[in-house]
Amino acid sequence: MDLIIDGIIKAFKLLIALDPEVLGITWLSLKVSGTATLISVFIGISLGMVIALTNFPGKKFVISVVNTGMGLPPVVVGLFVTVFLWRNGPFGFLDILYTPTAIIAAQAVIATPIVMGISIAALQNLPAKMRLQILSLGATRLQMVWILLREARLPLMAAVMAGFGGVISEVGASIMVGGNILDYTRVLTTATVMETSKGDFDIAFALSIILLILMFVVNYFFTLIQQRERPR
Amino acid sequence: MKLIKNFVGMFALFVAVIAVSCVSPASAAPVVKNVILATTTSTQDSGLLDVLIPLFEKETGYFVKTIAVGSGQAMKMGERGEADVLLVHSPAAEKEFMAKGFGISRRLVMHNDFILVGPPGDPAKIREAKTTQEAFKKIAAAGALFISRGDNSGTNAKELAIWKAVGVSPVGQKWYQPTGLGMGQTLNVASEKNGYTLTDRATYLAFKKTLGLSILREGDPILLNIYHVIELNPAKSPKINIAGGKAFADFMVSKKTQAVIGKFGIAKYGAPLFFPDAGKKEESLGK
Amino acid sequence: MKPSDFPVSIENLKVELGGVSVLDIPCFCLGEKEVVSLIGPNGSGKSTLLLVVNCLLKPLSGKICFRGTEIISREDIFRYRRKISMVFQEPLLFDTTVFNNVASGLKIRGVSGKETKDRVTNYLKLFSIEHLANRSARKLSGGEAQRTSLARAFAIQPEIIFLDEPFSALDPPTRHALTDDLEKIVRDTGTSAVMVTHDQSEALKMSDRIVVMNNGRIVQTGMPSEVMNSPVNEFVANFVGMDTILEGQVVRNIEGLMHISVSRQEIEAVGDWQADDKVFCCIRPENVTIETFDPGARTSSRNVFPAIILDIDSMGPFLKLTLDCGFSLMSYVTREAFADLGLYEGKKVFASFKATSVHVIPRSV
Repeated sequence: MDLIIDGIIKAFKLLIALDPEVLGITWLSLKVSGTATLISVFIGISLGMVIALTNFPGKKFVISVVNTGMGLPPVVVGLFVTVFLWRNGPFGFLDILYTPTAIIAAQAVIATPIVMGISIAALQNLPAKMRLQILSLGATRLQMVWILLREARLPLMAAVMAGFGGVISEVGASIMVGGNILDYTRVLTTATVMETSKGDFDIAFALSIILLILMFVVNYFFTLIQQRERPR
Repeated sequence: MKLIKNFVGMFALFVAVIAVSCVSPASAAPVVKNVILATTTSTQDSGLLDVLIPLFEKETGYFVKTIAVGSGQAMKMGERGEADVLLVHSPAAEKEFMAKGFGISRRLVMHNDFILVGPPGDPAKIREAKTTQEAFKKIAAAGALFISRGDNSGTNAKELAIWKAVGVSPVGQKWYQPTGLGMGQTLNVASEKNGYTLTDRATYLAFKKTLGLSILREGDPILLNIYHVIELNPAKSPKINIAGGKAFADFMVSKKTQAVIGKFGIAKYGAPLFFPDAGKKEESLGK
Repeated sequence: MKPSDFPVSIENLKVELGGVSVLDIPCFCLGEKEVVSLIGPNGSGKSTLLLVVNCLLKPLSGKICFRGTEIISREDIFRYRRKISMVFQEPLLFDTTVFNNVASGLKIRGVSGKETKDRVTNYLKLFSIEHLANRSARKLSGGEAQRTSLARAFAIQPEIIFLDEPFSALDPPTRHALTDDLEKIVRDTGTSAVMVTHDQSEALKMSDRIVVMNNGRIVQTGMPSEVMNSPVNEFVANFVGMDTILEGQVVRNIEGLMHISVSRQEIEAVGDWQADDKVFCCIRPENVTIETFDPGARTSSRNVFPAIILDIDSMGPFLKLTLDCGFSLMSYVTREAFADLGLYEGKKVFASFKATSVHVIPRSV
């Protein structure tokens, strides 16, 4: 118990003192997971929209694949991405293994099905004739897409938060494809694992608490957007 | 569908933006400047590399990517050409590695030692044993709980070698529990369950305050934990950074580095965690 | 009239769903400022026709023209859609205020803020919902929501408005109020309208023309009185409520007065069918009078038959009697009349109806 209290105290000490290593790790976590979330939101919502709104043979199969993807174990993704990015692997020529780019790629793979799956459900939940109503009001295709997204903004924001939450908190892929290299690919989660295995529990707790604070701040911001009532 | 064309276009633009923003100074450097060092978790966890790597990078301008996995995995990476140089401590496996021609140079760097720890009550009475081998035999005979790394690490290899030496086959027996975890976590498990385990001294010292284990056996020659740096054979994989690997290996055995190694840990633990051995003969260690 | 005189005209329209023909319409036109109702049973293709005329559904083949110009390309469709609007059975409002909903069509067209505000306020007033301007769409009653949907559709001042059973989901008083308001606004703004409805009284009240559909085809089109009282075939007759449809054969025709043999009786009707013609006789229940004794010479009806009451059905304020006159005949009586006459199942009565109330249509078999 005292470990946790020590951890909380240490967390605030590190933050207030603006400890450069901790700040660096925190900023890297935010940058990497933020970018991965952005990519996943882009692909997830746009592809999700196409899947939700068009009818094509095998639609149910595709949706079930996406839904399965929502539960993809990050460590499995990490393993697959590592094998792809190995020097001798198909994408080895890119030379991005053990770089932040690799972590972004792996996390994007993890987050995209999450965002896509929730988006598909969100859009399918809109009234079936809503699309026709919007078109009948004279909307262009782009305007229709925008209005539909706006109508579904509550669950879509939840999708974004779920995607972000899924990747900022994962460690399996980050360790495998990133390598936990100091000042380069060491993020909050991988640093926590390392400090734990070194026995430095107070630092590990401090990092965990900083991660929780970071997640809360980001999600608070997202929630504000989600719950905003549209002005006149 | 025009919708899809719109999004494909925007997506391509988006990816371009991301790609540009992702390029950080280190990865913008020419590829030949990267050195992938595959080493073990215990080496990483001791904190030694956090001191040595920055020195190396400053001296040579290389950017080192330290990948800390078990000795077994490190050597597999070496076989596949996915690393440029290895720093490992699993002598038997290393010799096989060299015999198969995966490495072109294997040099002694340093050693520390393993210790046998267990519950202070010592149910298997190994304090009475005269050698480590005898201690292991007593544990097997008493069927006392023994926690193993079980992960092909250097520590695991050493432990299995000792079992083999005393003619015991522990795998599958009820009292023998492999965790597959790192050293620190394995120690935690041993402490929780009041079991025996083999550990390197550095990790034990780091975790000591949260463990309920005592050192029951130390100092035997068989408990020596010897580290070598291995340069890889370019013939096995063309993408290996030979120059970088050599530079690192040279660095590890250089006088300056060896001095740093010798002083490491004194401030924190009162005694050095590693003993520099570059240039010595392996057989002469521990005497 | 030339095609360019019609706001909308359709030729040779065919729509298929899953290989099955759902719509087959050789010709359909909408006149300037005309209000047309589409009626028909479920699955007759009314809503499908509406979606096609709106260019929201692509037909297998066929030509759609707006003011004489055929609509072919995406741009054509888009320009056409900007001049029309549609209201569905569900209000399909957006998750925002009533004001923003009504303004949506205008915002889509990029109308300026000031003009939007003016127009929206005006239409909110027209539909009596200006007090709801700032209310969230989620908090409206059924009637208020549908008013908002209508205001939204009208605010863009369409040339044609399409309505798909807009009032089906509402209770009768709300429905009546809304129908009145809608009719007034449609007439005042001079908008052409095509409305699909299940409520025949609604169709009768509002329409200039009624189109009856069945199995994807137009079966009859004409003025409301025409369709209601002169159905062209058995199906339409049944659909518009001519409950009594009797198989008969003309015996003789004397100067327009026909004697038609039905079962073992003879009915007199007005028409041009000649002897031996096979016909259907359609009689509205409202036109059949019930008396407890033989009216004899007191009635001007040429058709008087003794009958037995077989069945009594409740039809809201009326009671529908099924009678056996030697043939089956339906009649409506008010509950008051029912009580006054002391009617009951099995009672012997006299049923009478005028020759002019019998609508005769040809029978092929």
